Amino acid sequence: MAPLEIHDLHKSYGGREVVAGISFTIGKGECFGLLGPNGAGKTTTLRCCLGLTAPDAGSITLVGEPIPARAREARARIGVVPQFDNLDPDFTTTENLQVFGRYFGIDHATIRARIPRLLEFAGLVGKADANIKTLSGGMKRRLTLARALINDPDLLVLDEPTTGLDPQARHLIWDRLRGLLDEGKTILLTTHFMEEAERLCHRLAIMDDGRFISEGEPQRLIEEHVPPSPAGLRPANLEDVFLKLTGRELRD
Amino acid sequence: MAHFHPPRISWRALSVWRRNFLVWRKFAIPSVLGNLADPMIYMFGLGYGLGGLLSGSLTQFGGSYIAFLAAGTVCASTMNAASFEALYSGFSRMHVQRTWEAILNAPVSLDDVVLGELLWSAAKATLSGVAILIVVALLGLTKSPLALWVIPAIFLTGLTFSALGLIVTALAPSYDFFMYYFTLFITPMTLLSGVFFPLEQLPAGFQAAAQALPLTHAVAVIRPLMFGHLPSAPWLHLAILAAIAVTAFWLALGLTRRRLLS
Repeated sequence: MAPLEIHDLHKSYGGREVVAGISFTIGKGECFGLLGPNGAGKTTTLRCCLGLTAPDAGSITLVGEPIPARAREARARIGVVPQFDNLDPDFTTTENLQVFGRYFGIDHATIRARIPRLLEFAGLVGKADANIKTLSGGMKRRLTLARALINDPDLLVLDEPTTGLDPQARHLIWDRLRGLLDEGKTILLTTHFMEEAERLCHRLAIMDDGRFISEGEPQRLIEEHVPPSPAGLRPANLEDVFLKLTGRELRD
Repeated sequence: MAHFHPPRISWRALSVWRRNFLVWRKFAIPSVLGNLADPMIYMFGLGYGLGGLLSGSLTQFGGSYIAFLAAGTVCASTMNAASFEALYSGFSRMHVQRTWEAILNAPVSLDDVVLGELLWSAAKATLSGVAILIVVALLGLTKSPLALWVIPAIFLTGLTFSALGLIVTALAPSYDFFMYYFTLFITPMTLLSGVFFPLEQLPAGFQAAAQALPLTHAVAVIRPLMFGHLPSAPWLHLAILAAIAVTAFWLALGLTRRRLLS
């Protein structure tokens, strides 16, 4: 069973079609990337997948459950890293994990047993009892990632997981995500960092105006869309593909 | 209208309640003292200050203005605690801290979140009302065992004003918006519902209008009980409070769904 199957998804806001008929399937253990400029419809697609907004048309099957009808049941097996920080500022690092685990109905003993490994994974063992307000941006992101793993999810959904981080913090997140893929986790991520997509994604789709304008393995997209560079020039990368397909004008 | 379907709730609402309780527990003592101080200052200031002028005119209440006011203070304070929690704290969790957004990524529905917030806000309001009831009883201003029936009435009052508050929170663009609710609704209601003086002091038109205000019905049940009498038509007053609570919760839920799940 594929962790996520989407068929012909449509969603409009105020007469504007934000998602205009996209279809894709993510296989188990795969990392699938949604790339696109701001406003391309990436976040709306994720919200539809999680059952947080009802699509106008199309079908979504998330970990075997129809969405939005059984979104609550499906979310029990999903981990989400949202685009904007929403850690609980009233709790410490450990309390954030404990309280979040309870939203999944996980019993206290199981949560307690999982926390040391999650803190280690996030590199936050020394910050176990720290107030959230004292954590750096990179630490908060790592804690958000650890929080998304509290239910040992089958699929991780990451909305721009490294936006706003410095290169060191970003590379540390990439390293952790690669570790999760090695363990067999499935990942759906949105990003506008081409390097992130190139390093992590097995397959990706470039999205603009609610549609997929190209889809495939990163290397294949580069070969397909950008002619081989003459000797001496830098080799083409995914950023060249992205700019060629989505244009160079500003989006917001 | 698609957002106004009946609630689909589950026990997960209690995990939302518990989250708020765990935060409150960290600041419990200053929170309780803070909730007590303001109404107590009013009660003693007006109770003893005005009470001296009024002695004898409130014979049906044993002639003691402060005892009369104490019952009103229990009601007003429950209303205020519910309103502050549902408005300011609720808005902070919904909008500023994005706490609800985080919870919605777990297997908890928005209906569970709003129900959890309602029950939490009502619980905090109950604590506030009961704290005043205890002080009032310790001062000997209420002596009847009937006053114990005040506690469930306080909880129902808390539910009603929490549900009304959640409607305002669902519509609020920012904290500034709440001033309208307090200035245009809560403050006039406090003056028109028999908290500070008997309703009979008002012109007939205002007396009739007061029957449409939830606080009037809370006062109508709670004050007689604190004076050791059975209220007249208690079930009617309680049914009105419950009906407002249910309608307001349904409306608040629909508006919150429209705001967050579109």
